[in-house]
Amino acid sequence: MTEAKSIDQVQQMLAEQGYVCGRALATVVFLSLRLGRPLFLEGEAGVGKTEIAKALSAALGRRLIRLQCYEGLDAASAVYEWNFAAQMVAIRTAEAAGGADRAALQTELFSDEFLIERPLLEAMRPDENGAPVLLIDELDRTDEPFEAFLLEALSDFQVTIPELGTIKAPEPPIVILTSNRTREVHDALKRRCLYHWVDYPDFTREVEILRARVPEAAEQLSREVVAFVQTLRTEDLFKKPGVAETIDWANCLLALDVIDLSPEVIADTLGAILKYQDDIAQLQGSEAKRILEKAKQSLEEVP
Amino acid sequence: MVELPELSLPDDPKLVQNVTHFARALRKAGLPIGPGRVIDAVQAVAAAGFTSRQDFYWALHACFVTRPEHRTVFAQVFRLYWRDPRFLEHMMAAMLPAIRGVQEERAAKPAEKRAAEALLDGANDPLDMPEGQEEEGTEFEIDASLTMSSEERLRSLDFEQMSTDEVARAKRILAQMRLPVQPIQSRRLMAAPRGQRADWRRTLRNAARRGGDLQEIARAKRRIRWPNLVVLCDISGSMSQYSRIVLHFLHSVANQKGAGWAKVHGFTFGTRLTNITRHLATRDVDAALAAAGAEAQDWEGGTRIGSCLHDFNRDWSRRVMGQGAVVLLITDGLDRDDPGQLAREMQRLHLSSRRLIWLNPLLRWEGFAPKAQGIRAMLPHVDSFRAGHSIASLEDLARVISSPQDQGEKARLMALL
Repeated sequence: MTEAKSIDQVQQMLAEQGYVCGRALATVVFLSLRLGRPLFLEGEAGVGKTEIAKALSAALGRRLIRLQCYEGLDAASAVYEWNFAAQMVAIRTAEAAGGADRAALQTELFSDEFLIERPLLEAMRPDENGAPVLLIDELDRTDEPFEAFLLEALSDFQVTIPELGTIKAPEPPIVILTSNRTREVHDALKRRCLYHWVDYPDFTREVEILRARVPEAAEQLSREVVAFVQTLRTEDLFKKPGVAETIDWANCLLALDVIDLSPEVIADTLGAILKYQDDIAQLQGSEAKRILEKAKQSLEEVP
Repeated sequence: MVELPELSLPDDPKLVQNVTHFARALRKAGLPIGPGRVIDAVQAVAAAGFTSRQDFYWALHACFVTRPEHRTVFAQVFRLYWRDPRFLEHMMAAMLPAIRGVQEERAAKPAEKRAAEALLDGANDPLDMPEGQEEEGTEFEIDASLTMSSEERLRSLDFEQMSTDEVARAKRILAQMRLPVQPIQSRRLMAAPRGQRADWRRTLRNAARRGGDLQEIARAKRRIRWPNLVVLCDISGSMSQYSRIVLHFLHSVANQKGAGWAKVHGFTFGTRLTNITRHLATRDVDAALAAAGAEAQDWEGGTRIGSCLHDFNRDWSRRVMGQGAVVLLITDGLDRDDPGQLAREMQRLHLSSRRLIWLNPLLRWEGFAPKAQGIRAMLPHVDSFRAGHSIASLEDLARVISSPQDQGEKARLMALL
């Protein structure tokens, strides 16, 4: 694995994994690696928040451990769980063998053998490739009690299991938290992290991203696709298309052997970029044509 | 302002000093920055190096900014500060409103008073003028209901017909009123002796304590959690009297600790949408409403319900309605905009809320029929349609707010559509 020495190196390292990012994001990632701080990424859906964790783990050659948050996520599914079935069998076996020694049984029942590790605990374990990348995805989906729990885990990188004691990470994992901002995450948690708002990329960068992600697409088509999506983002939509949608759409167009955008093609494939019926309805008919013309016009202005 | 402790950071005393000052400037501009962040920032800058202004910017940005709203403030302060630190002080007064926030609060006493007066004046004026007529109405009321106590009479009295004194008394009653709420079943579990589910972890732990003897299965049940309440209150001219009183009610609901609702979000709208949630947290009701009044610029103006709801759906719904919120929409539904848009936005609002309850003071008229365009557009998309014109009607609301079957007058009025 390579250690990141400078911001440029981080940017290049991510670019090699097909993740094109701006200087701002590279700076934050570099600082997070260097200072050992968790990285808190917020932004609209589909701007590449989750993707950066994947790119980073691939670039550094570390293991990626992902914890997908949902409402009601608790310690049993985030940190550890005892293998109850196996424990029961062990108890019965001990009974059958006759005269189980209470203390010995207790130690045996609550040993590593019966421990099922969940993402957070897994991330605290030493790894031969170096500390893993821990992705805590969509933190806003979980609730406050879990956030409070994360506070402890993320500030000391340790987890306490009553029967086994405290497990401390030999080397703190690289932690990336993402949020779509469906609710405000508490400041106490944010304070422990480096914060970055991931915005939609500008035209040039998005073309670069498309070039990296969909290399088969012709340059002209990529530029048209990006110009159209960029124009679409200036419209009044309920959900603006993210970069993920741009990439999906380009793939769709490739699969349909499209070489040039036309209002008909757009109408047929709109489902790849817009995910709300209201938004799609708004773009029916002449509206798509108008936006396409506007996009083509802006394309001419860009050298 | 809290004085920062001495930082024992060796590297570059000039840098430490400058970053500290910069942090103070940001704090003055309203960004919540503790001393810990400053230490982080110094380390971050040391790690990122001084090679480019851009890196320097993003290094500080990563440490000091925790919300997207703060980005512009940060950019402004950064631009001014790192050009000439002293320049900032001169500019402070003339910059963004957010940057003036803290200072203005200090000097806000007279302004606040004026806003409070503005709020109270309106409550007095329309009542003071037809005083004679009001008296007659009152007498008639007493004649018709000899057996009613004055409090009972007050409960059924229309807010619009109350005298200043009655308004004050009504506000006192409203301050005591509660809006009870049914909890939502959460997906988390808690220990309960008669719970529906087996708690294996605890069972085994108990067994181990008794030397591996499984005596009984520990049980757990679902934990409960409380929903959010989102109130959208129309403050246009036609609604002014109601909205003032309803905001009083809202303030008391928002400040009842342990009364149920997880969070109460308040918004006012007339010609534009204003978030008054933060002001509602002020304990003193007059100060809270004064602050809210100063924030909302469109008191007693026209109404553009459609576009205000559109703003709400676009900017706020995903942030405040994430976890099963109940929405209380208080408006008379008299809208001059395109009814098509209004219907669309109502539908969107309905889809993203757990329950949408519309309080319409017009409903107090016996012969009320949904004739206005706006009302016809909105009615199909609400779960419940109720009057909100008197204390008694708000009490009715409190009784039914958590029953999922309640429709209010919706069914009757839908038949008239």
